[in-house]
Amino acid sequence: MDPVSRTTDVSYALPSTALDKVRGVPGVEWAVPHIRAQASVRTKSGDLEGVAVIGVDDATLIGLPKNMVEGSPDVLSQPDSVIIDDVGMTRMFPGQSPIGERLELNDQRAVIRGIADATPSFTSTVVLYTKYSQALNYVPGTRNRLSFVLVGAEDPSQAKALSEKIERETGLKAQTRDEFARDGVNFIIENTGIPLNFGITVALGFIVGVAIVGLTFSLFIRDNIKQFGALKAIGVTNGKIRKMVAAQAALVGFVGYGLGVLGTLAFIWSFSANPTFKGFYIPWQIPIISLVAVTLILALTGWLALRNVLKTEPAAVFR
Amino acid sequence: MSEAPAICTRGVTRDFKAGQQTITVLHGIDLDIRAGELTYLVGESGSGKTTMISIMCGILWPTEGEVKVFGTDIYELSDTELVEFRLNNIGFIFQQYNLIPAIDAASNAAVPLIAQGMDRHEARERAVEMMAKLNIADQADKLPNQLSGGQQQRVAIARALVHEPRLVVCDEPTAALDASSGRRVMDLLREVAVAEDRACIIVTHDNRVFDLADRILVLEDGKIIHDGTEMPEEH
Repeated sequence: MDPVSRTTDVSYALPSTALDKVRGVPGVEWAVPHIRAQASVRTKSGDLEGVAVIGVDDATLIGLPKNMVEGSPDVLSQPDSVIIDDVGMTRMFPGQSPIGERLELNDQRAVIRGIADATPSFTSTVVLYTKYSQALNYVPGTRNRLSFVLVGAEDPSQAKALSEKIERETGLKAQTRDEFARDGVNFIIENTGIPLNFGITVALGFIVGVAIVGLTFSLFIRDNIKQFGALKAIGVTNGKIRKMVAAQAALVGFVGYGLGVLGTLAFIWSFSANPTFKGFYIPWQIPIISLVAVTLILALTGWLALRNVLKTEPAAVFR
Repeated sequence: MSEAPAICTRGVTRDFKAGQQTITVLHGIDLDIRAGELTYLVGESGSGKTTMISIMCGILWPTEGEVKVFGTDIYELSDTELVEFRLNNIGFIFQQYNLIPAIDAASNAAVPLIAQGMDRHEARERAVEMMAKLNIADQADKLPNQLSGGQQQRVAIARALVHEPRLVVCDEPTAALDASSGRRVMDLLREVAVAEDRACIIVTHDNRVFDLADRILVLEDGKIIHDGTEMPEEH
């Protein structure tokens, strides 16, 4: 890719000679062109929809999703063929089959002949796959239109070394699949307000959690302060009272955390059939972080609530 | 009846700060409470009886003076020792019972034993035995809010006696009960709480049960103004 390219959506077009340069690097088993561009589609009903057009190698079709929901990759050999992704299908043709539908794509004729089982993009844009040569017809003509060169390494375990070699010998930017994916995430973190919004949401959740749990704990303590006083008068030590409250907090936390995890699983399971949620996953760190947050909330609120109990004089029970 | 005092107070004074003022609630009380007696501590509100009973059972420090419970100067003990002393030697019956609402009657009655470190199962068994003496063993599995006021009071009495303390302290045990229930509770206390080696002090101003006392101490303005077997006529 061009050295300034960052993600699949933020790329600077390369001259077509870049493909030959990459193919000439030792260690490259194959290299194919890949184009990704924005276009507008006028549907049969007259609606206008922004789409991403992805052009894959004419000969090998490298760049297409591995699986198809309907149809075969071979349909791209037919004239004006495009394959729509399943998210696009639900957006543009809700409740009906798009196969055979004609579209006006940047003033060119396109016919949907297949549905790809693709991971939706971050913005859930409709994606139309076609051959590279066909894609050049669909996207506006500029001198350079090649977005990326996809490369296969002779030795896949040396992908990183090969990417460095390509950079050295071609002056282009080369990344392994994982590096490119990570850079895409970093780009979103650095250039959008999403992390801030998510951060604010999580922070608010934490604050509301502390407030509600704290209030519940304090009300419980206030309601039972005489009982705690009685226990202290009888001879129950502050240490034992701490253990009692800790056990109670642990039980509440265990039940709450369990319900939260089950609720999350139920949510993911219930939406798993929706193509928009395809590719949605929860990293293993999230439940751990949640557990730590729950523990912190309970420890903080339990400590705040306990202060009243520990300060209560046993003699208060007689007042 | 034992002659050695179960509780001995000498020169007990207690001050409370109220803003800039210091209010003296107890004025140098000298008192001996004997075991085997049902002793009433009587007085108007504000007379100092709650302060006195709190000091006698080791939950409120006197400003001055000495308190010995069965020969132990309890305010010479460390905090930890005093808590342990209370746990092993004193049973409490509170006016509002103060049962723990989330656990059943038997577990409530077993609290002192569990606090002493006894196995829960064994503690519950001992608690049910004590509840049987109070005729409420059949209520062992019920939560406090499923019991009547009288039954809750009996559970509180079971809790006060289950660990066989040498001193039983009751705060207005009949205040929330009607006259007949109040007398039944007092009869019960006399039956189960009064023993040769045990002292029982009851704070009350319920004149319906004054005739059940072995000894009545009347407090007024922080001083004992009467010590006898009956209430003075002017009260």
